[in-house]
Amino acid sequence: MADRSYPRPSSGEITPRSAWLSRRALLAGAAAGAATHLVSRAGAQTLSVRPGPFQAAERPTPLQDVTHYNNFYEFGLDKGDPAALSARFAARPWTLSVEGLVARPRVWDIDQLIAAMPLEERLYRMRCVEAWSMVIPWDGFPLASLLAQAEPLGSARYVAFESVVRPAQMPGQRNGLDSLAWPYVEGLRLDEAMHPLTLLAVGLYGEILPNQNGAPVRLVVPWKYGFKGIKSITRIRLVESQPPTTWNQMNAQEYGFFANVNPEVDHPRWSQASERIIGAGGFFGGGRKKTLMFNGYGEQVAGLYGSMDLRRNY
Amino acid sequence: MPYLSGTPRNRLLVPWRGERAALALLGLLPAILYFWYGAHDALGPDPVNVFERWLGLWAVRFLLAGLLVTPLRVLTGLNLIRYRRMLGLLAFCYVCLHVGVYVGLDQQGNIGVLVQDLTRRPFLMIGFAAFMLMVPLAITSTDGAMRRLGRRWGRLHRLVYGVALLVAVHFLMAFKTYNVTSVTYAGLLMAMVVWRCQAAWRRWRRRAA
Repeated sequence: MADRSYPRPSSGEITPRSAWLSRRALLAGAAAGAATHLVSRAGAQTLSVRPGPFQAAERPTPLQDVTHYNNFYEFGLDKGDPAALSARFAARPWTLSVEGLVARPRVWDIDQLIAAMPLEERLYRMRCVEAWSMVIPWDGFPLASLLAQAEPLGSARYVAFESVVRPAQMPGQRNGLDSLAWPYVEGLRLDEAMHPLTLLAVGLYGEILPNQNGAPVRLVVPWKYGFKGIKSITRIRLVESQPPTTWNQMNAQEYGFFANVNPEVDHPRWSQASERIIGAGGFFGGGRKKTLMFNGYGEQVAGLYGSMDLRRNY
Repeated sequence: MPYLSGTPRNRLLVPWRGERAALALLGLLPAILYFWYGAHDALGPDPVNVFERWLGLWAVRFLLAGLLVTPLRVLTGLNLIRYRRMLGLLAFCYVCLHVGVYVGLDQQGNIGVLVQDLTRRPFLMIGFAAFMLMVPLAITSTDGAMRRLGRRWGRLHRLVYGVALLVAVHFLMAFKTYNVTSVTYAGLLMAMVVWRCQAAWRRWRRRAA
């Protein structure tokens, strides 16, 4: 196993103290016999999570920025659209099916799934292909745990993900001109999907995932560009050959299947050597830093790619 | 009505000397306002990107406004030609700010990246070419330069149609998908070029006939 010993911030740095304390209270409640990780409290829903491995040393991006600067074209092109236009999106009830080349396909109810999986908090760096980055405390569970339950067959080599299509609740799915092809689809090689860093997130900052961040369940692959992190997933399919992915279909020259963060392989329209830090504060906050190979997760994931030509397989 | 066409000479005269200065100040307001917001962390989580795009958008708007002056006069009789040079200068001013923010605030003066930008990224090469084409137009926009260049001034300033085409392409490329904003502005810019070519073609045929 690769080294997991990132410098870890104290919990107090990650989460507002109030949320952190209420989480403690929840743990006590859970010990008293509650079977679910999901507890509804006046307004917000708090998740019960434990700190997981793979922390980051950076300061987390403020919650306000994490929830108000989003690329989620189902709700619109502007970064503010998802927060502004997703209030009517119904993330419950929700089912997530795991199917394809597996011995035990299953359709999960989202809340049963959340109750069945031990949730971890993971502070991950998030690097967008547009050359900006955040640091986000996600709550979720490794995708590998879910796939293991389904028992992939020997013939399964890739994992295909599919998002929801609901034009009535997602204004970005209604107009033609600026539209991507719906549903949004993504994919990983099976070994990438089984990697312990690969997370299915159901919350952030200790609270249930906001609609604009991909409720109720989304993928987080921290060594890849953000667009690989498909949101509002309805279907996970184990397949034999490389599945199509939305941005790759839209513009194959600019967005590859692998989409590993790589400061040496530029986007055709801009350099990927450095990134703007979201929420650094105004013009003169010094909000730019060098981009790291595999977004700083090289120690964990470089082995997945061996001698592969990362310039060609961008 | 003083705004309707007159002789070429008095068409360019401005009745109130402060009028063009007022237009310039008004035109710079969007930049001043956003600079103030950005310096005070009020442009959201990604302020440099927002400001950069804002300046580019206003450059497009002023370029388009300048190009609309003639079609507007022909179609409606409203003659705003006395403001056209100021509209062009405002467009150039916004382009300078747009480039300046990209180089200074966004790339923070990273020469390596800028060299790559101008050697391998068509998106930025096209944008930069438009900027370069605008330089001689801005330099020759004084009354003195107009007098000195005489008939050649008009010919030189036809370069603006090349600028319009380059800007339209750069603007379309600035978005990840085609969308209402980018297609509308780029379409209008290209329409101005087509309109102008058509007018020139008709004049040429009349002369040939």
